[in-house]
Amino acid sequence: MNLNRRGRLTPWLFLAPALVLFALFKFLPMWRAVEMSFHEVRPYLGDRWVGGANYQQVVTDEAFLNAIWHTLLLAVGQTGGSVLLGLALALVLEGTARRLWIVRTAVFLPTVTAMAVVAEVWRILYYPAPDGMVNGLLSWVGVGPSQFLNSPDSALWSVMTVGVWRGAPYDMMIFLAALAGVDRTLYEAAAADGAGAWRRVWHVTLPALRPAFVILFTLAAIRSLRVFTEIFLLTNGGPNGSTEVLMTLIYRLGLERGELGVAAAGSMVLLGVSVLLTLLVRLGRARAVYSGKAGT
Amino acid sequence: MKNRQLDTALGLEARNGPLALIGKLVLYGLLVLVFAGPLLALLVSAFSPVSDPTSLTLLPTDFTLANFRAAFDRDVLRYLLNSFLVVGGGLLLQVGVSISAGYALARKRFPGMRLVLLLILSTMMLPEEVLAIPLSLVLSDLSLTGSLWGMIVPVGAWAFSILVTAEFMKEIPLELEEAARLDGAGDLRIFWSVVLPLCKPALGVIGIFGFTMIWDQYMLPLLVATDARQFTLPLALRTLRADEQVGVGVLLASALLALLPSVLAFLAMQRQFMRGLTSGAVKG
Repeated sequence: MNLNRRGRLTPWLFLAPALVLFALFKFLPMWRAVEMSFHEVRPYLGDRWVGGANYQQVVTDEAFLNAIWHTLLLAVGQTGGSVLLGLALALVLEGTARRLWIVRTAVFLPTVTAMAVVAEVWRILYYPAPDGMVNGLLSWVGVGPSQFLNSPDSALWSVMTVGVWRGAPYDMMIFLAALAGVDRTLYEAAAADGAGAWRRVWHVTLPALRPAFVILFTLAAIRSLRVFTEIFLLTNGGPNGSTEVLMTLIYRLGLERGELGVAAAGSMVLLGVSVLLTLLVRLGRARAVYSGKAGT
Repeated sequence: MKNRQLDTALGLEARNGPLALIGKLVLYGLLVLVFAGPLLALLVSAFSPVSDPTSLTLLPTDFTLANFRAAFDRDVLRYLLNSFLVVGGGLLLQVGVSISAGYALARKRFPGMRLVLLLILSTMMLPEEVLAIPLSLVLSDLSLTGSLWGMIVPVGAWAFSILVTAEFMKEIPLELEEAARLDGAGDLRIFWSVVLPLCKPALGVIGIFGFTMIWDQYMLPLLVATDARQFTLPLALRTLRADEQVGVGVLLASALLALLPSVLAFLAMQRQFMRGLTSGAVKG
């Protein structure tokens, strides 16, 4: 008799470890965040319901507004920079020759390097003295010296550059995979029509890469919205709050100042934007498939 | 005759005149210098006598192990060991959880399956960073703070690995399982001796992805560690940098030790890595 019931139970047994772990470390914290975001969290005193006050603080408090602004700037700059540079790298390094493969591998290394290492290396490269590495290079072309991470004017740009440096190779690999799927007969047709390399790229290659663009833009945007480690290690929000982003502010509020409710509300806002973007990418992808252009 | 100029979008590979060749080599050299150069400088400088951040170098001069010796005096070996314990334990758990869940998703049809898939997908939007504050509370409720277990157990379930494994297992012919079932093998037996051996390539993909992902973890160890004794190497770099008595040489040696495992793992399993990158499962 219980063979049938065992058959029905089997998938759940196989799924159980994953579901338990997700429940404990994803959905339970998620639920706690929702709960805390509507409360003033007071350890030992009991939480007090405050309705939307925490959210109101998030969208009106100047520190939060600044952090949101920096987060958006960084997201736009890093995403745009990575995708464009990644595309340029992919176009230049496309091909089957062995030396190309070696160059691609070397270029990809920043992506598999732990962010903590990347941050320490760039702090040294950015050393703000005139004989720091990057300043040394800049002086060759007659620019600088810059304070980089140490000045409110240049810190955000410096962080953005590191993000592009680490993000572009990832995008390059996705573009390369998409490039391999471009129909070669279209190139031949374009050549037969007398189109040069650049017109071929513009009229044949780029349209074929559209699905890759949609996915990369959205993925990169979501990833840069929750940026934490590079800011924490490169500038820790400074100097003078010029690189404070949502996650570093939330971390500071929650774990250093104990304002858990406001921090949770900030997380929920961040999460809401991420969900919105993810839904947009799924929509974009569905449309790409629908119009028969799915190349990845 | 095949026109090689049409093999790639730009057709650069077919241009092999002397000028074009020099131009290409200069470009390649420049790209390698920009992207791999800083890491190479780290490698070289870690073995050179460095006194301040301006003495970073790409050209080896006096080979020395002094930086490493000084780093080992600062407990860096313990941090490295912690990192390996976390990545080893986390990866083992992650692979086990993934093949188990992947099997159920690929092979079983059951009510609620769409909901389960949706739940798994939705975890991709809930990274440690966003959940940091409540996650730290949950971790301390479960007594997982102050111990390496707190860095191992939460990375056990990762949507990317589960989905890649499920995709791969769908490709294994059902006939093989049915044949084994006719021979009287049960579910567990089939899973163990038919399905598992056939999905070794998938194990390679999720293995290398899991390794680099866990090695790069920062927020989770930051929330879990209550004492320097539990620091992983990436976490320890910041403390080493902030310590006035620690020279930049020690920092470089430690950073190199934190760099090498993930880079070497990537180089060793590049094919599997690329396969995972383009597997269609969205990176979370």
